[in-house]
Amino acid sequence: MAASPENTVPQASRNAAGGVRPAVVIGGNRIPFARAHGHYAHASNQDMLTAAIDGLVARFGLQGQRLGAVAGGAVLKHPRNFNLVREAVLATALAPDTPAYDVQMACATGMEAIGSLANKIRLGQLESGIGGGVDSTSDAPIAVSEGLRRMLLELHRAKTARQKLAAVARLRPRDLAPDAPGTAEPRTGLSMGEHQALTTAAWGITREAQDQLALASHRNLAAAYERNFFDDLITPYRGLARDANLRADTSAEKLASLQPVFGKDLGTTATMTAGNSTPLTDGAATVLLGSEDFARQHNLPMLANFLDFEAASVDFVRGREGLLMAPAYAVPRLLERNGLSLQDFDFYEIHEAFAGTVLSTLAAWEDAGFCRNKLGLDAPLGPVDRSRLNVNGSSLAAGHPFAATGGRIVATLAKLLHEKGSGRGLVSVCAAGGQGVAAILEAR
Amino acid sequence: MNSALARGMARKAGLPWPAPLRRHRPGDPLVPGTVLVLGGGAAAGAAEEILRGWGVEVRRNSGGAGPLGAIVLALDALRAPADLSAPALATGQALRQLVPGGRVVAYLRGEAGDAGDPVRAAARRGAEGFLRSLARELRGGATANGIVLGGETLCADAPSAVAALRFLLSGRSAYVDGQLVRVDTTAGTLPVDWELPLQGKVAVVTGAARGIGAAIARTLRRDGASVVGVDVPAAGEALAAVASQVGGTALQLDIVRPDAGQAILAHARERHGRLDIVVHNAGITRDRLLANMDRSRWESVVAVNLESQLRMNATFFDAGLQGLRIVSLASTSGIAGNRGQTNYAASKAGVMGMVGASAAAAAALGGGINAVAPGFIETDMTAAVPLATRAAARLLMPSLMQGGLPVDVAEAVGFLAWDAAAGINGQTLRVCGQSLVGA
Repeated sequence: MAASPENTVPQASRNAAGGVRPAVVIGGNRIPFARAHGHYAHASNQDMLTAAIDGLVARFGLQGQRLGAVAGGAVLKHPRNFNLVREAVLATALAPDTPAYDVQMACATGMEAIGSLANKIRLGQLESGIGGGVDSTSDAPIAVSEGLRRMLLELHRAKTARQKLAAVARLRPRDLAPDAPGTAEPRTGLSMGEHQALTTAAWGITREAQDQLALASHRNLAAAYERNFFDDLITPYRGLARDANLRADTSAEKLASLQPVFGKDLGTTATMTAGNSTPLTDGAATVLLGSEDFARQHNLPMLANFLDFEAASVDFVRGREGLLMAPAYAVPRLLERNGLSLQDFDFYEIHEAFAGTVLSTLAAWEDAGFCRNKLGLDAPLGPVDRSRLNVNGSSLAAGHPFAATGGRIVATLAKLLHEKGSGRGLVSVCAAGGQGVAAILEAR
Repeated sequence: MNSALARGMARKAGLPWPAPLRRHRPGDPLVPGTVLVLGGGAAAGAAEEILRGWGVEVRRNSGGAGPLGAIVLALDALRAPADLSAPALATGQALRQLVPGGRVVAYLRGEAGDAGDPVRAAARRGAEGFLRSLARELRGGATANGIVLGGETLCADAPSAVAALRFLLSGRSAYVDGQLVRVDTTAGTLPVDWELPLQGKVAVVTGAARGIGAAIARTLRRDGASVVGVDVPAAGEALAAVASQVGGTALQLDIVRPDAGQAILAHARERHGRLDIVVHNAGITRDRLLANMDRSRWESVVAVNLESQLRMNATFFDAGLQGLRIVSLASTSGIAGNRGQTNYAASKAGVMGMVGASAAAAAALGGGINAVAPGFIETDMTAAVPLATRAAARLLMPSLMQGGLPVDVAEAVGFLAWDAAAGINGQTLRVCGQSLVGA
C-alpha cells in the first residue's frame, strides 16, 4: 500500500530552533497513582489536580506567585468541570491571577498541555507554566440516557400541560438506565483493548514478550522507588505514598498464569491479560516549565530542555492502521525535523497502554515494509536499545490515569536526563481516537 | 471533660487550676507592666539601662506600689550564702504585685563546675535552688528563670545575656520555667528589629510536616526566616501544606540516608542561596519496656534521633558554613528517664552529649549548637500516652500545671537560632513548665 501523504515524513523541514529560546523542565510533581475505586475513590479530578499542583508549589516555593499559565485536563470529565484547571488553580496556593485552561486530547492530554506550554515559553509569550493532567475513573461522570435527556429538554420547552404530558409520555423504561462512560471507540464500538488485540496479533507479538515487558516495568518502577528516585517527583495523597498498582514481587510465573482478557475472538491465541494491560487508574501529574531566565531568577533547577513535540493520527476506523499506532508515525517526523535517528537517545519513554502497544510500535520501526510503505522511508528506523526503554517503569506498573500520564513521563524523563547530565530522551504516548504525541527532551 | 465544670469543681475542692499562659503575639508589649530591678550586682544597673532602652518602665526600690510585669533580680555578685537573704526576701515582698503571666528573671554567676572558692560557690549554687523553688511558688502563669553569666567578668550587657533577658521576659518563654540559660562569651549581634530576629536567614527544619516541627517552621517564618521543611517522603502531603503556609520549600527526604546532609545543603544553597540555621527536630518513638525491646525498635530510634544528626552535623561543619546555628530537639526523658523509653531516652540524652561536645566546632565557625528539651507537649505523639499518665503529666508534675504547646518549644528553638544567642553554646534548654515528664 502506498504511503498516505499526510503521514509520511516531510523531508528537510528541520526544527527552526534558531529563532526561539529553550523551554526548560524545572521539575514535576504527581500524586501516587491509585487503582480505580481504591484510595482515591472519593476524590474528584479537581481534588487530585489541586493536590498535585500544591505539592509542586510547595516543592519549588511558588506560593502566591503568578505563573504564566497552567494547562491541563482530564479525559473523563463532569460537565460541571468545564473550567477544571482554572478551578483547581483557584484552590491552590498559587496566585489567583494565574491564568489556566483546559486541554483535551485523550491520553495525550498531558503531552499536548505540556508541549504547547513549552512552545509558548520558547516563543517568549510565557516565562513559566505548569502543564499536566488528571483522571478519575472512580469519580466518573454518569449521564442520563439519551431518551431521558431528550424528554427533559422537551419538558423544559413545553408550555402547556398537554405538551408537558406528551413529553413525559415519550419516556420508556429503558431510558431510565444511566449511561456510564466506557473505553469503547465511538466509531467502532470496540474497546481499546480489543483494538490493541488486533494490532498485537497483526504484528505477531507473543504473550511471553508482553509479560516480559510488564515484568520489567514493575521491577524498574520498584527499583526507582528503592533508590529514592521519586522523593522529589511525588507527594503522597490520602494515605497513599506509592503507586498502588505496583507489584514489586510479581514474577514471570505469576504473569503467565493470568487468563487473557482481550482478543479472545480473533481466531489466534489471545495474549493480552490484566497483567500486560494497564488497569483503570486515578491520579494527577504536573510539570513546571519555565524560561532559563525564570529558572535563574527564582533559583530553580533546570533538568532538561523540552525540545520539540509532534502529534500524529491514523485511520483506524477503516482498519488502515491500529488504533494506538499513531506514535509510530509521530516519532519519525519528529526525528527528521530535528535531524536525529531513532538510536540517538539515551532514554526512551514509550507509554505502556498495553505491552502490545509498545512492542508493536518497536516492531513497526524495525520493519522495512512498514517504514517504506507507511512512513515513506528508504530504510527502517531500526531497533531501540531495550536497556534504555522505560528504565524507571511505565504505565503497566505505575498505572495510567489517562491525562496524567504525560506529566508523569516528562518529569521522570527530565530527572533521568539531568542525573545523567547529557543526552536526549524520546517520549511516545498513544491516545484514543487513533492519535499520538511524541516529544524530545534534552539533558541540562 | 467539660473544662468549665472541671474548673468549678477544682475551685470548690481547693485544688490548683492551670492559668492561661502569656504567649508571644507580634506587637504585644515585652512585659505586662513595670519591671522591678532588685539586687546589688553590677547586672542590676546594666539591666535597668537595657530595659529603659526597650522603653520598659523600671523601678529600683521594692517599697513602691502598683502591679509589676516582672522582677529582675541581680544575684551576680554573691560572695557568701548570707548575701542571698536580702534580695530573696525583698523579692518575696514584691511577689504579690506580680501580675498573671509575670516574670522573674535572675542574673546568676558561675564557673562551670563551681571551681574555686567553696563559700562563693555555695552562695551561687544556693541562688539556683532558691530560684527553682521560687518558680514552683509562682501562680497565674508567671515563671522564674535565670541567666548565668559565665566566668568572673562577663557582663549583663553581653549580646547573648541581653537576648536571654529579652526571651525570658517575653511571651516567647511561656512554658520555660525554673531554668537557667548560661552565657559564656560576648559573641553575638543584636537584631535590628526584635520582632524579626531571623530576618534574612535561611533555616532548615527536619520533621516539619506536623506537631512541633510544623510549629517551629511557622515560628521561624514569623520571625523573618526563609524556611526549608524536611520530612520523610511518606509525610509529603502534610509537609507540602506546612511549606505553603510558611512560603517555604518542601524537601522530601529521609534523614537517615547517608547523604541527607548533602541533600539539605544542596537544596538550601540552590534554592535559597545559603544555610544559616538547622533545626534537628525529626524524631520517632518506639516505646517498649526494656524486657520487651527488640533490635529494630532500639536501632531505628537511635538511627533517626541521634546518628542522623551526628552525620548531618559533620557534613555542615565540613562545609564550613559561617555562623551556622544548630538547634537539636532533646527531651526531658533524656534527663529524668522515662519508663518504656530506654531507647528514646538514650537517643535524646545522646543529643545533649552531642551538642555539648560539638560546641567548639560550631564556635570555630562563629556559630553555635544547642538543644531544647521539651517536657509534656500536646502533640500527636503525646496523645498516644495513656490517659492517666497524660493527666498526671499535665496537671501534677509541672509548676505551670499544664502541658505545653508546640509553639512553646518552637519559641525556644527560635531564640537559640538568633545571631544574638551566639554566646550560648553547647547547652540544653528545657521547655517543660518545670516538670520532668516528657516524650
